[in-house]
Order: sequence, then C-alpha cells, then structure tokens
Amino acid sequence: MAVNYNAKEEADGHPSGVGAPGGAGKSRKPDNTAFKQQRLPAWQPILTAGTVLPAFFIIGLIFIPIGIGIFVTSNNIREYEIDYTGTDSSSPCNKCLNVSWNSTPPCTCTINFTLNQPFETNVFMYYGLSNFYQNHRRYVKSRDDSQLNGDNSSLLHPSKECEPYSTSENKPIAPCGAIANSMFNDTLELFRIDNETRIPITLNKKGIAWWTDKNVKFRNPSGNTNNLTALFQGTTKPVNWPKPVYMLDSEADNNGFINEDFIVWMRTAALPTFRKLYRLIERKNNLQPTLQAGKYSLDITYNYPVHSFDGRKRMILSTISWMGGKNPFLGIAYITVGSICFFLGVVLLVIHHKYGNRNTSADIPN
Amino acid sequence: FPRSHATAAPLPWHLSMQCSLLKWVVLQFLFLFYRPFVCSLFPQNNSIKTSKYNFFTFLPLNLFEQFQRIANAYFLFLLILQLIPQVSSLSWFTTVVPLVLVLAVSGVKDAIDDFRSTLCDYLKGTFSCRLKDDKWMNIQVGDIIKLENNNFVTADLLLLSSSEPHSLTYIETAELDGETNLKVKQALTVTAELGENLQKLTDFNGEVKCEAPNNKLDKFTGTLTLRGEKFALDNEKMLLRGCTIRNTEWCFGLVIYAGPDTKLMQNCGKTTFKRTSIDRLMNVLVLVIFAFLALMCFILAIGNGIWEHDKGYYFQVYLPWAVGVNSAAYSGFLMFWSYVIILNTVVPISLYVSVEIIRLGNSFYIDWDRKMYYPLNDTPAQARTTTLNEELGQIKYIFSDKTGTLTQNIMAFNKCSINGKSYGTNLSVNGEAHTEKVDFSYNRLADPKFVFYDHSLVEAVKLDDAATHGFFRLLSLCHTVMPEEKKEGNLVYQAQSPDEGALVTAARNFGFVFRARTPETITVVEMGETKVYELLAILDFNNVRKRMSVIVRSPEGDLTLYCKGADTIVYELLDSSCGSLKEETMEHLNEFAGEGLRTLVVAYKNLQEDYFQEWHKRHHEASTALDGREEKLSELYEEIEKDLMLLGATAIEDKLQDGVPQTIETLTKARIKIWVLTGDKQETAVNIGYSCNMLHDDMEDVFIIEGNTSEEVLDELRTARKKMNPDSFLDSDDIIKFENPSTKSRILPEEQANGVYGLVINGHSLAYALEGNLELELVRTACLCKVVICCRVTPLQKAQVVELVKKYKKAVTLAIGDGANDVSMIKTAHIGVGISGQEGMQAVLSSDFSFAQFRYLQRLLLVHGRWSYIRMCKFLRYFFYKNFAFTLVHFWYGFFSGFSAQVGQFLCSFRCVRAACTFVGETFTLATLGGSAGCPLEWRRYGAGYIPLLTQPPFSSFLPPVSVVGTVECGLAVLHLP
Repeated sequence: MAVNYNAKEEADGHPSGVGAPGGAGKSRKPDNTAFKQQRLPAWQPILTAGTVLPAFFIIGLIFIPIGIGIFVTSNNIREYEIDYTGTDSSSPCNKCLNVSWNSTPPCTCTINFTLNQPFETNVFMYYGLSNFYQNHRRYVKSRDDSQLNGDNSSLLHPSKECEPYSTSENKPIAPCGAIANSMFNDTLELFRIDNETRIPITLNKKGIAWWTDKNVKFRNPSGNTNNLTALFQGTTKPVNWPKPVYMLDSEADNNGFINEDFIVWMRTAALPTFRKLYRLIERKNNLQPTLQAGKYSLDITYNYPVHSFDGRKRMILSTISWMGGKNPFLGIAYITVGSICFFLGVVLLVIHHKYGNRNTSADIPN
Repeated sequence: FPRSHATAAPLPWHLSMQCSLLKWVVLQFLFLFYRPFVCSLFPQNNSIKTSKYNFFTFLPLNLFEQFQRIANAYFLFLLILQLIPQVSSLSWFTTVVPLVLVLAVSGVKDAIDDFRSTLCDYLKGTFSCRLKDDKWMNIQVGDIIKLENNNFVTADLLLLSSSEPHSLTYIETAELDGETNLKVKQALTVTAELGENLQKLTDFNGEVKCEAPNNKLDKFTGTLTLRGEKFALDNEKMLLRGCTIRNTEWCFGLVIYAGPDTKLMQNCGKTTFKRTSIDRLMNVLVLVIFAFLALMCFILAIGNGIWEHDKGYYFQVYLPWAVGVNSAAYSGFLMFWSYVIILNTVVPISLYVSVEIIRLGNSFYIDWDRKMYYPLNDTPAQARTTTLNEELGQIKYIFSDKTGTLTQNIMAFNKCSINGKSYGTNLSVNGEAHTEKVDFSYNRLADPKFVFYDHSLVEAVKLDDAATHGFFRLLSLCHTVMPEEKKEGNLVYQAQSPDEGALVTAARNFGFVFRARTPETITVVEMGETKVYELLAILDFNNVRKRMSVIVRSPEGDLTLYCKGADTIVYELLDSSCGSLKEETMEHLNEFAGEGLRTLVVAYKNLQEDYFQEWHKRHHEASTALDGREEKLSELYEEIEKDLMLLGATAIEDKLQDGVPQTIETLTKARIKIWVLTGDKQETAVNIGYSCNMLHDDMEDVFIIEGNTSEEVLDELRTARKKMNPDSFLDSDDIIKFENPSTKSRILPEEQANGVYGLVINGHSLAYALEGNLELELVRTACLCKVVICCRVTPLQKAQVVELVKKYKKAVTLAIGDGANDVSMIKTAHIGVGISGQEGMQAVLSSDFSFAQFRYLQRLLLVHGRWSYIRMCKFLRYFFYKNFAFTLVHFWYGFFSGFSAQVGQFLCSFRCVRAACTFVGETFTLATLGGSAGCPLEWRRYGAGYIPLLTQPPFSSFLPPVSVVGTVECGLAVLHLP
C-alpha cells in the first residue's frame, strides 16, 4: 500500500507563521478557501456498466417515440409539387422556356394537376427554384440594407456592394444590387376545376414575410408625402424589372420596399435549391377542406428565365404542422439514433453479462 | 575612504574575446578618493541585467517579438488579405479583434514578467559589503572590497590581506560546491603586508593579468606585477563569488571578475527558454493544421474554378462576374485566398493564449496550495515559471542534490558503542521508549541544542568509567574543529565537516569540552577540570587513508595517539588483543549502518617516548622534503598507526528532511528514476542513499564505479551492465554505432534490467565517463539501475549528467537542489526546482518551481503535474474539436454555395456560440477539480446548428423550433442576417 506522507504541521489549526521572517505577523500561508485549495465541488461521470447501460436504454427509449412522433407528424403534412420549368417538350410551358425578361406580351401557360387527398388546414403556396445560387457570396453581398431601410441618402447613392447594379442610365437603381435585380416575377394563379368550370382560389399575398423584415428591416423612403412615386424620384428601376419598385402592388402597405414578395425574395436562401413562400390559402370554413381533392389548374405568367443556367422552377402546395413543413429527415434521424443507442445498449448488456465479472477485482492503488 | 578603479578601461569581455583568448585583459588599479567620470565607461559592473524592456522600447520591441511568432505573423498576413476587396470574404475586424486581443494579453504578460525581473535585479543588488557601503551591483572590476566575517562574497576577488595570521582567510563554499566545511585561502606576502592600512591600500599600484572568464571553479592562473616584480596568482588566492567568509574578522580583496563573468555565473549555464512537450506537439499540430488548411483551400479553389466554368458562367444572367475577373481559373485563384480567410478559424490562434491562461491558473493553484506551505520559515510553494506545469506530470528522471535537499544538513550524534556496550538506542532495557531528554545541566558549557535520550551513557561518564572517558577524550582531541568563544561560556564550533562538529559537540556535552586550540596545544575542560594537551602531530585525513590521528601529550606526560576513521580501515590496524571487543563493536557497527547512520571507529595507542621522538624527527624531515613528500609522510603515518586499541564507534545521523524516504518510495512507485548528484564524498552519499530508502539491502547489487582511467571506468561500466542485462551485449551494433559520431542525437531504447540494481559513481570516474565515447556506456548502464548516486560532482558535471540523459533518453527530467552549485543543473533540466532553504536564493532564482521541503515534490509531481496535464489535454482536445467542427461546416458549405467563400449566414451565430463556449469551457477547465473541460451544451448547440442544414430546408422551416436551443440559434441567425 502506498504510504502518503502527511506532515504533522500541515494539519489545520497549526499556529501559522512560526518563525516568520520580518515578524510583521503577516503569514504567507495560502488562504484556506475551497477555490484556492481546489476543493470546489466537482463531478465527473465515471463510465461504468452501471451508468452507461441505463443511459443507452434511456436515450433509446426517449428518442424512438420522439422520432416516431415527428415522423408521423411530418407524414401527415400534405404536400404537392409541380415542376413547371418546361424543359420537357410535352410540358405546356415548354413554349415559354426561352422567354426573356420584359417580353410583351408575357408568355403564359397552364398546367393541370389533380390533388388525390384534400388539404385540410391552411395551405402554403411556394415557388421553388433549383440550381439558383442565391447563396453565392457576391450575390448575397449585392444589396444595400440602408437603402432598403428607407435611408434617403442611400436611396440616391447606393452602396458600392451593389455593383454592377447600382446605377443605370446615370440614375441610382432602387432597389439596387443583384438580388433585387433578379427578383422572381412569375405570376402564379390557382383554379379548382369543378365540372369544367374554373373556380379561382383566393391567394393571400400578405402575411408571407417575417414580421421583423416587414416592419423593421424594410422601409420605404420617408418624405413629406405618401406618394411613393414622388419618394422614389430620381431613381430608376432595376435593369431586369418591367416596372419600378413603387408599382409592385396597388396597395400602399404592400408597395415599394415593403412589398412582401420583394421582402421574401430579398431573404436569400441558404442552398441552391430552395423554396420561397408565395401565397397563403386560408381555410374558409370548417365544413370544407381548404383544398378539396380534385382537379386543379395552375396559370403561370412565365416571365422568369432559368433555362440558360439549367435552373428549374416549381410550385409547391403544402400544409404545415407544429414542426414546420414536411421534413421526414428529423424523425428518421431521431429514430435511427434512438435505435442505435438501444441496440448498443443490448449488445453492451450482453457483453457485460457474459464477460463483465472478469476484472472487477482489479486493485486500483490509492 | 579608499576607492579603487582601473585607470585603463578594459574592453567588454565579448569584444576582446575575439582578440585573444587568454591573458588578454590588463587591469591597472589605482585607488582614488572619488570615482571619476571614466567609471561610467565601464561596461562591467556587478549588476546582472535580466529585464528586456524599458517604458519607451516596450511597444515596438514587444510587437516585433510577438510578430516573430508564427501564429501572430499569420494573422497579420490574414489582415492584409482582408484589406484586398476581391479576396475579402469577411469584414476586416473579425481578424483585428482577436489579433489585438491576443497581442494585448501576451503583451501585458510580458510586461508583468519583465517588471518582475526588474524587481529581482533591484533585490539582488541591495547587499552592502564595502568599506564605504555601497550596493553590490555597483562593484566594478578593479575595485577593492573589504569583507567581514560571514559576509557573502559578491564577485571573484583576489585576496590581498586579512586579519588572520599569514593572511589566511577561511571560507565556506556551500553555495559553490555544496560542501559546508571551511577552506583556507592565503594571500601573497607582498599584498598581505598592506594589512588594514587604508593609506597603503590606496597607494597600491599594480597590474593583474588574468585568463578570460571561464567556468573552472578550481583553477585560476594570472600574474600580479608590482613594482616591476611578477608574482604568480593561483586559485589559492581567489575568493569566488558564492563563498562566505568565516572565522576571519576582515579581509581585503581586489575584484577580478564581476557580474556575469564570475566563475559562479559562468557555471550557471545559459538560461534557455524552456518549452514543454505539449508546446512542441502544439507547434507540430499547428503546422499540420496549416497544411490541412492549404489543402482545403486548394480543393475549394479548384472547385470554384470548375463551378465558375460549368455553372457560374451561365448564371451570369443574374450574377455577373466581378470586375477584373474574366476566367474561371482566376476566380479560383482569388477564392483560394478568400477561403484562407474564411477557414482561418481552423488555425487555433487563440490556442496559445488560452493555453497560457490555463497554465497561469494552474500555477496559481501551486502557489496557493497549503499542502506545499512550510510554516517553519513561512514559505509557500511558488511556480516561478508559469509555462511548464503540465510537464510536471511527465517526469521520468529526478536529479537531486543531497545536502540541504534530501538532508537538513544537520548532523546529530545519535549512537555510540563504547567498549562493547551500545548506547543511544531509544529503548531502555525493559523495552520502553525513552522520551525524556538527558539533562546536561551539570555541565555549564553544554550545548543546549544537543539532544540525547540514553541516560545510561551519562551514568557511565559520571561513574568515571575509564573507557567512556577515553572515548570522549578522543572525540574532544582528535579533530580539526576551530572553536569560537566570543562570550565566556558561549562556544561555537567551526567544523570543516559537520560530522566532526557533531562529534566534538557530543564530547562537549558529556563533559569533555574542547575549549581552545593553538597550533601547539589543545585546551579541554574534562569534567570541569581544565587540561592543556600538547599537540605533537596531526596525521590528517584524506580519501585514501580514510582516517585521521593526533598525537598528544597529556598534562600528566603520557604520549597518546588518537585515531578515528572508517571502520574497514581502522579494523585492519587494530591490535590483536582486542579480538572479542572487535566482534562486539562490529555487531554494533552493522546495526548502526543498517539504520543509515554514518559510522566511525575510534581507537588509541600509547606511545613510547623514545620511539616517538625518533619518529617525530623523521616526520619533520619528511614534511620538509622537497620531492616525494606525500609518499614519505603516508609511509610514516602507516608506520605509527598500527596496533591500535579499539575504544568504540560513533554513529552520526545526517538528518533527513521530514518525509524524504516516503516521498522517494512513492516517486519510485510512480516509475520515476531518482539520481542523486552530490559534491559529498562517496561514503556519505551511499549512507544517505540507504537512509532514504533509495538503496536497500534487498537490491541485487550496488555497483561502484571508481576507476581512475578511461579503460577502468569502461570496464567497470560494462561489467555492471553485463550483470544486469547480459542480452545488451548480444547485439554489438550499439557499440559500433556510438563510435560513429554522426549518430549522436539518437534516442536510446528503454532497456530492462533483470533485477533491482544501484549504481554509485565517483566524481573522477564520472569525468571519464562523460567524455566522448564513454557517455553512451554510462547512460546505458545507469539507466538500467533503479538508483544512481554520483558523488564528488562539480556543478558543471551535474549539468552534464542531466544533459546526457536529456540527449539519449526521450524523457522529461527534473532537477532539484538548493545551493548555487545546483544552478547549472536546474537550468539544464526540463524543469528546475529550487529548495528555498538555508543556502541562499541562488537556486530558487534560477528555478522554475520552488518550495521549502523535498517532500513537497511528491505533491507537485503527482497531484499538480497530473492535474495540469489532464486539464491541458482535455482542453486541447476540446479546442481542436471546436475549431474543426466550426470550420469544416464552412468547407462543406462551400460545395453548396458555388465555392464562393460564402459564410452560411445562419452560421454566423456559431461565432457567438463558439466564443461563449470557449469562455465557458475555459472557466470550467480552471474551476473544476478533475478538469472537465467539455462544454456539454456544445454538442446540442452544434447539433441543432447542423440539423437545419442537413435537411436543406426552405427558410420557412426555420420557423418551427426544433428545440429551445434551436430557437436561440434561429434568433441569433435573425439578428445576423444582412
């Protein structure tokens, strides 16, 4: 057995500072505090079979139900997606494939589709783009936040970051930059086909942007008039846009920089395949589902060219739950992790049961 | 007052060194009343400057130094990169802020360190020992200094004159070589006559030529030219820095070497910047990480080139290429640098700072440890270097001084055997322990500090037992101790060796008080009765004889030879008549030695008057003989020292410090090898080895290397190794290899001995063993042994031994010592520990850690060392994990963002989380006992951060929180979005 030497004088309560030089009575004996003597309460898990095995089982037992719950919720979310790019020659939109910005009259096409199951709750209508690098560094940078926030000097003198979309014809562009310039401008309309009649479905275009964006980050320029045309005086529209920013919408609280479609576009997506909220379809009454099962048609005003860079355009209809949109991954991840833990628990239990008693007598010297 | 100074200013040593190597400096000295302005030209004053900066030079110098560190330079480079708009992927302050922080923290630390060492300089310089009191940092070459008894010599001096007859000066060299006995120095007769006469000293005009400063403590050559005559100067006339003046009222000395040129300082070795193995590992890791970074950036740059060619080119409808970029390849090139900026987080810039902070914290814990506080002289442990803590847990070799480190350097007369009866055991006849001290009050000259427990010895003395009286009479006569009686009855003994002091003190307390000594007489007060013995001859001690004798004539006229010496030697000289006594005494001797006591045998012989007269005549002739004096004398000694009558034996305890055996045992269990390097003689060292459990009887063998030639030493070393590990000779390639100088820096593999062995090596053998091709043999043999004891070692040899192990073994070494003779080894070892004991502060000042008692080493190594190492490792693992987790996300994201060096915006919140966790993690590391550096939240936060990415969600699915942490994450993301 190891003999740990403990000197007698180290016992607490020994008169300290015996023979202390100087005799000032100020001993240099370190303070006896828990912190200085490293006696602070500390805890460290000691991994033994007794702690690890229950931990595995508990993790397994907690994660599997959570995963199942999430997975079921995700599966209950109705989602319908159509690609309307028109790359396929049989697609109705194929004629519009090589459309350019500002083509007049706009190219339109109609796609019919069938919903096999009714969408019971509020439906979110998205447009989706693929192979569109909204997350490219130069793209993300290419905006002027103070201009978008209604700063009058930035309005007329856009930031350098907006280059090459900061001025056009010697006039400052409002809103400047590549993001704004490339704003998605297809128009999507939805009709339910009921006995060969097209019943338009009300698409709500407000309430699709984040509250903070709509009310804090984005503001129209201020001035002594409410007339947006006057406020945007001296600026010009982005190169690709058919009309200036103050003509995006007829309603005053959804026009200019605070147009919600614009705001949604300006929040750049993290990945090159993304979807953005386009419209809301609210449930009218409790008797009928928001979207009944049946035939529908989607009218597209095809303005937005993506074919040149192999982009794709989609329309998505989706309901949501407490966990957001359809997302089977999360549930699967939980179930997988839980199952692995449970499985490991069983394996380790077997191992422990069979071989565990071998070295319990190992002497750990003190 | 006489002031001295040289009229011709000597060149600075280092300049002149190039001109000539030896005898190059000419000093003329005159004594002037006032120090003239030329003094200011002297480069050599006695102060030793260790501080680097002053107030004005701090900022530029410190910045320059800091940017020499790779990491700092790298971040300066990053900062420059970020100022290039095409490359800049992050705003410039993301680099400036941490860089400034790092520079500031390191700068403040440097400033504090520097300030501290400035203080040290000041403290060092406040001694005063001049005729006109002055700080000793002001002493310059050519000055004349007056030293008084017990003064500390502060520069290398040429002894001019002293108060003692023949201008003798006694000095103690404990600081230099660890020996506590007195040594004698003698001045030249021409300078001795100057005496104390200030006028003469002032008018003294001479020239000293001396060799260039060197580290040889036992050698000095020079000449003094005085009035056209030349006098040879040697080491006998030098008082070296580090000595203490003893038994000498005053002496005058001329400063030959000052400051860093003194032999002591030359022996101290270079102060090297000590790094820990973790530091080195960290440097390697950082380099690897750099390479990794370059690889990542290269991959991403290639990716960008391909992307811009395949996709970006067509995507120009919405995102035109940047101005000036006209090809995908050029874009890729720019992106390489952009990614260098983005991914810089993988290079752990803050690592160095964080590591420093953790080490500082651990150092404070060492300072604060009450279990390493020594109350008797109010000394807490002190971590003087804050950067070596974790290395403490990695020690494999401890090199320890003996005197003052393992022992208290206090000798105590513990036991004796007189005429076949053993005294001094703590147990009385019926087995009860004596707790009552013997009362010596009957003897008014007794030393009150002397303690003895066996009452029967006093009884024997009081009963006028002839043998007991003879025993103590011998002890009071046969020695070379000098008495000092400043006050009546207050005797102080100045002993050349503490053993002698202990014996004479014992005799004094038992009633045989050695009172005074002249060259011809010894005065002893025997049981209250003053007797003057005529001292006829001293047959002095040397290492071969291992005994000393005196021949005295008692007041009654009896001629007696008294002899004391090592048992093995004296037993050979005993008269055949004391056969049974011999056996009994030998039994006692073995008993004493078994307890680790230092034993001596004492014997006497009555001499015939006529025989002695005849011998005395021959002795006189021999001692004045010009050639072969030594041999003739020793022959004569042999002749008279025979047919001795055994009196008994003495046993002296060289008191170990408290807890030394236990500490050594524990450290040995931790597989730490302990080498004792001591200036002491072999027997003493071996004795101590036994008494502190290093050597013990159940060892297979203890080899003693004491060869006097290179071949003998080699032979002894090989014999030892053959016994311990016969296999080591089977592959003879090692021996071939070591003869090849090109393979010098290789690391020897660990070898296993077939048992527990010890090795004792003598100083002169060590000198051979350390030479060129023997050192490998030494290392191989010594490292097979569990315990190595080197005796009669010079300070430089101590350093060489440490250097040797450092060179051939991949091991962390620690040197522990208390005196100035340990400084070199303390500086050489990976970690130097100073015992802040009685012997001054030299060792402590050059050490990395200091405390008052050897036993605290156990706690320092096994507790603080271990904790520091564990904490540091946990921290490093965590730190690298954190950096990689953070950076690899960017790498991965590059594949989704067109390799455009875009930082995922929602990842910005990582920065906050990372900063927070770094802080929290470090606080944890410092605060918790076991050092749980992990931030348990970390996983969840990062985990939550990954999930939205992995699921490739549209922005709306940020809305429903995955967890509470996810909400926080999203909230941070919102704030960060442009």
